[in-house]
Amino acid sequence: MSLFQYEYMQLALLSALVIGLTAPALGIYLVQRRLALIGDGIGHVALTGVGAGLLFQTSPVIMAVIAATIGAILIELIRERGRTSGDLALALLFYGGIAGGVVLVGLSDSTSAHLNAYLFGALSTTSRGDVVTIVVLGTAVLLTMIGLRPALFAICHDEEYARVSGLPVRALNLLLAITTAITVTIAMRAVGVLLISALMVVPVATAQQVTRGFRSTMAAAMALGLFAGGAGIWMAALADTAPGASVVVVAIASFVVVTVLAVGWRRIRRVRPHPAPTPEPHEVVLNGS
Amino acid sequence: MTPDVITVTHGVVGYDGRPVLRDVSLNVTTGEVVAVLGANGSGKSTLIRAILGLVPLSAGQVTLFGRPIRQFRQWHRVGYVPQRLGAGSGVPATVAEVVAAGRLSRRGILRPPGRVDRAAVAEALRAVGLADRAKDPVTTLSGGQQQRTLIARALAGRPEVLILDEPTAGVDAVSQEAFADALREFTDSGGTVLLVAHELGPLRPLISRAIVVHQGLVVHDGAVPEPAGHHAAPDHDHVHPHGPEEPAGLWSAQ
Repeated sequence: MSLFQYEYMQLALLSALVIGLTAPALGIYLVQRRLALIGDGIGHVALTGVGAGLLFQTSPVIMAVIAATIGAILIELIRERGRTSGDLALALLFYGGIAGGVVLVGLSDSTSAHLNAYLFGALSTTSRGDVVTIVVLGTAVLLTMIGLRPALFAICHDEEYARVSGLPVRALNLLLAITTAITVTIAMRAVGVLLISALMVVPVATAQQVTRGFRSTMAAAMALGLFAGGAGIWMAALADTAPGASVVVVAIASFVVVTVLAVGWRRIRRVRPHPAPTPEPHEVVLNGS
Repeated sequence: MTPDVITVTHGVVGYDGRPVLRDVSLNVTTGEVVAVLGANGSGKSTLIRAILGLVPLSAGQVTLFGRPIRQFRQWHRVGYVPQRLGAGSGVPATVAEVVAAGRLSRRGILRPPGRVDRAAVAEALRAVGLADRAKDPVTTLSGGQQQRTLIARALAGRPEVLILDEPTAGVDAVSQEAFADALREFTDSGGTVLLVAHELGPLRPLISRAIVVHQGLVVHDGAVPEPAGHHAAPDHDHVHPHGPEEPAGLWSAQ
């Protein structure tokens, strides 16, 4: 544990804990809406921002926030319009984003190590200023996700019903898109563009193996994210592995362990936790409605 | 004269240039229980969606409580029950959590739920007979129980009018009875109901008026048509619930 006496390790730990807590709190809404991989896509777009930041000698993180936000809003507008061409449009945005990023980084004088830091994360080179940004933005996103839980749950669970309830559905969708962009960008420093979705999605996937409600899933996913963040950094410090990848490895290991335990538990109990839904007698002939 | 809750005046709706509602006019006044009947593809579900502002009218006008739909903001007065619960994504949600979404139209998005909200959720669950399932994940419920969950969600907002899209389609007898009881309780306290159905079943005694839609036009507006034999449908062949299916492609998008 002596490694944590160094400031850079303390900063790395703090960032990982904040991101570990925030990413699943947002990710649960994305999973519920079947947009589990959206974080990945927005990460690709953010990379163009990083490239632009490196090329024009401005802050890559701020440029990434801008690029990711524009990308997220575009994706949301495409999603809203309809689903047929959306798939393809998303693909264009994703690959355009990563290609643009690589080209821009190439044009600038940065080394490939610099690009690697954004692709796979570089917590140990995170500055105090970066950590302040991560803590402030992460806390803002976290409070939004918790405070607006009923409304965000409603739009992700049944968007048409939310509309008929008079909720500002479009504003909430855009809010979700923008907070996703912010989370992706701050998580980029820790786990890297290529692994961001993992922290948003894997703790949720783990939690829902054992939970019964949305609120309990959210709480459990946040706890698991926090654990993955802390244990991942500790493992990285001990074994000198890449911090971002270590955090994700811990998250996925938790998923495997919890899944095996949950399956085993159900086997042992033999009785399922709930009576299976009783098949319904066909009182009514459906005309395929 | 009792005030109008819902009016549709010469409503026209088309999907991709194909007309679904051609020229529909109707009104529902306070305290009425109106059933919209019709075969699949007749346009009855589209009519409901147009009334709720979920599909735009290409001509004509819809008003809710006397206000044109575009300017209507008092959504807490309306309780909507969709045909079924969304496909779900694997993130669990309890019955009480789904029903609690019905309180948002009253509470707004910023205020956290309070005692009044919890009481309304509990009351709505009791009304549909699901009080003992409040903490169970909705996915463990039968189709009929899920349908009752959606009705409880609408009731939780204490609406003045309930708008229901095929509430009893494919629902077991127990749930149909529980549903009829909940609806009776709602109408006894002065509530207005507009529902789409192609078979009324135990709801039949509750219905005060029936509107039959066929090929995008209203072909009957008045007393509930008498069923012939076991056919709980009006004496028009084209609203025969067991009749040959019309192409379902139009509806699959819903």
